[in-house]
Amino acid sequence: MGLLLQYTLIYASVLMLVALGGCFSEHSGVINLGLEGIMVMGALGGALIMKYMASLPAAAMILAVLAGSILFGVLYSLLLAVAAVNFKANQTLVGTGMNLLGTAAATVLVKALNMAENSRNVSSSIQYIHQRKAFCALKIGNFELSWFMILAFVLLIVSHIVLYKTRFGLRLRACGEHPQAAASVGIDVFNMRYAGVLISGLLGGLGGIVYITAGVSEWKFENGVAGFGFLALAVMIFGQWEPKLIGLTALLFGMFRALSNIYSGFDFLEALHIPGAIYNMLPYIISLLVLTLFSKNSRAPKAEGIPYDKGQR
Amino acid sequence: MNTKREKRSIWERPGVQTVAASLVCVLLGLLAGYIVLLMINPSGAGKALAAILKNFLFFTRPAVALEYFGSTLVKTAPLLMCTLSIFFSYKVGLFNIGASGQYTVGAGISLYLALAFHMPWYVCMIAAMIGGGILGGLTGILKAYRNVNEVIAGIMLNWISLYSVNTLLTKVKESSTTYTLALHTNSPQALIPAMGLNHLFSDNKYVTIAIVLVVLIAVLVWFVMEKTRLGYELKATGLNKNAAKYAGMKEKRNMILTMVISGCLAGLGSTFLYLSGIEQWSCAQTAVPAMGFNGIAAAFLGGLNPIGGIFSSFFIQHITSGGSYVDKMVYCSQISDLISSIIIYFCSFTLLFKHCLNRVFVKNRKGGAK
Repeated sequence: MGLLLQYTLIYASVLMLVALGGCFSEHSGVINLGLEGIMVMGALGGALIMKYMASLPAAAMILAVLAGSILFGVLYSLLLAVAAVNFKANQTLVGTGMNLLGTAAATVLVKALNMAENSRNVSSSIQYIHQRKAFCALKIGNFELSWFMILAFVLLIVSHIVLYKTRFGLRLRACGEHPQAAASVGIDVFNMRYAGVLISGLLGGLGGIVYITAGVSEWKFENGVAGFGFLALAVMIFGQWEPKLIGLTALLFGMFRALSNIYSGFDFLEALHIPGAIYNMLPYIISLLVLTLFSKNSRAPKAEGIPYDKGQR
Repeated sequence: MNTKREKRSIWERPGVQTVAASLVCVLLGLLAGYIVLLMINPSGAGKALAAILKNFLFFTRPAVALEYFGSTLVKTAPLLMCTLSIFFSYKVGLFNIGASGQYTVGAGISLYLALAFHMPWYVCMIAAMIGGGILGGLTGILKAYRNVNEVIAGIMLNWISLYSVNTLLTKVKESSTTYTLALHTNSPQALIPAMGLNHLFSDNKYVTIAIVLVVLIAVLVWFVMEKTRLGYELKATGLNKNAAKYAGMKEKRNMILTMVISGCLAGLGSTFLYLSGIEQWSCAQTAVPAMGFNGIAAAFLGGLNPIGGIFSSFFIQHITSGGSYVDKMVYCSQISDLISSIIIYFCSFTLLFKHCLNRVFVKNRKGGAK
């Protein structure tokens, strides 16, 4: 049972961070389908810090790794911000491009670094066996509570406060609902949308590093992040674009994902003879059902995905 | 009138603009790739980029080059089908990001029928097409009746399809690997026939009639879109579904039909790859096949035109295959994925680019006339 809790918390904190990222971007009016790519980039940033600054003390290591992944995530999300806000590009197309680019660029970079060190090493992996020990905050038996889980929870609360209790949050949401109305009362829609996308880069990047450091001590960048960016989109939709619900959904969907990995360890689940793929599929099926049943009164931001046009009414 | 017409620059023609915009995307992609190659190792960068662009011409013996040209064509066929699928839905105002899932389902159904029931190739093909069509239709129904965004529904269905197909095909996989059984040895009747085409490509055993079929389908898609009443109705629905409804068209039926056809194209496309025997499905795949996403790239790079799509699909596959000829001691083959993904990114700017061309040249002409 400890193992199930452990994995559920790991996956839930990743999904929570990335879904919150998507949530900020969509509330500002930009659909961020490139979360998967942003996660890979954030993971890369953190992994590079661990690779090249391996001897840092624990506290500094945590901060440096966080800074690295935030930097990479935010810089990468600029690609979306520039295309969607300045150039009114098709956001679906940009997101798709970013997902493919994220994995390809990370693979090329890591392989090049590995080959430069040792020409026989053609893998796209980065190892961080010792470095990741710094992230453990509390250890009870086999259960490990990492600093990142605490961080995810704190950011969940912060997100709720920012979105619903501050002037910035109100303005951000106004830009996603009706940007022309927001502009008419003096809100700078461009800046707000930039802010939304860059915050999603920050949270997406963090999600990436949490994902790759959680259970393993080496990451192969060729594999990307195995669809977690898309799963986070499902979390965001099921969570109705609201941090509180996103937190709960992340726990639920994280548990499904955990079950798919370790269901064989439980006698009663093993006896049900449900293939692991079903647990992987469930989050998507549930989200699709929710969309089907409740899309008529969906809470999705009304202006998401529509480039802002000043002259439009 | 005549004098005015002469003054129109060729840059104002939509066709010229589209080609120019696509070429700019390609050049920017190649430039970015070249810069990355330079950063990794400056001495071999030019040679590596040349290897990617040469692809099969890397082999100096014509017979060998021809054989690898055949392999590139075999892999272009499914990509072109995905391109057509994206194109078809986009013309009707729908973004079929679910093409990857429809492609996956097509692969799953056709391989399962071929390996578990030893069905002939045409049965597998038709079943794959129907499977893709049903999945596409489901997206269409959700969009038409429940107003579910087709992009989100498509993404969800992509992953549901991937996990289902992995589970299904695990039943027909090789016992020692994660790959499905080889068609050549286990189920040769399911291979698409070559009808002598393979002799044109130094007896490349993967070359089948698929590479001809796919071009015919591209022309057919163009014909349906541009020359038939159905195509006209579909495009009208895409431009403004309320106006289409007002004009007496069944706009909901049109949307669903579009997604069914789009799904059929993607589902059929997968058989062109897997029923040629050139690749086996890996049941341990953790990501949706990139074919559908590359189709998005090729569709936009081809200027959203089926005939343009033939060239852009070939180009994308050409550089993807070319990636395996770079010097593996210094570079890695993923460099070509990098180039094609940068091309996709820049493709989203093509409309802007056309807009700029229009502004510059129309302004010049107006200024000149006064």
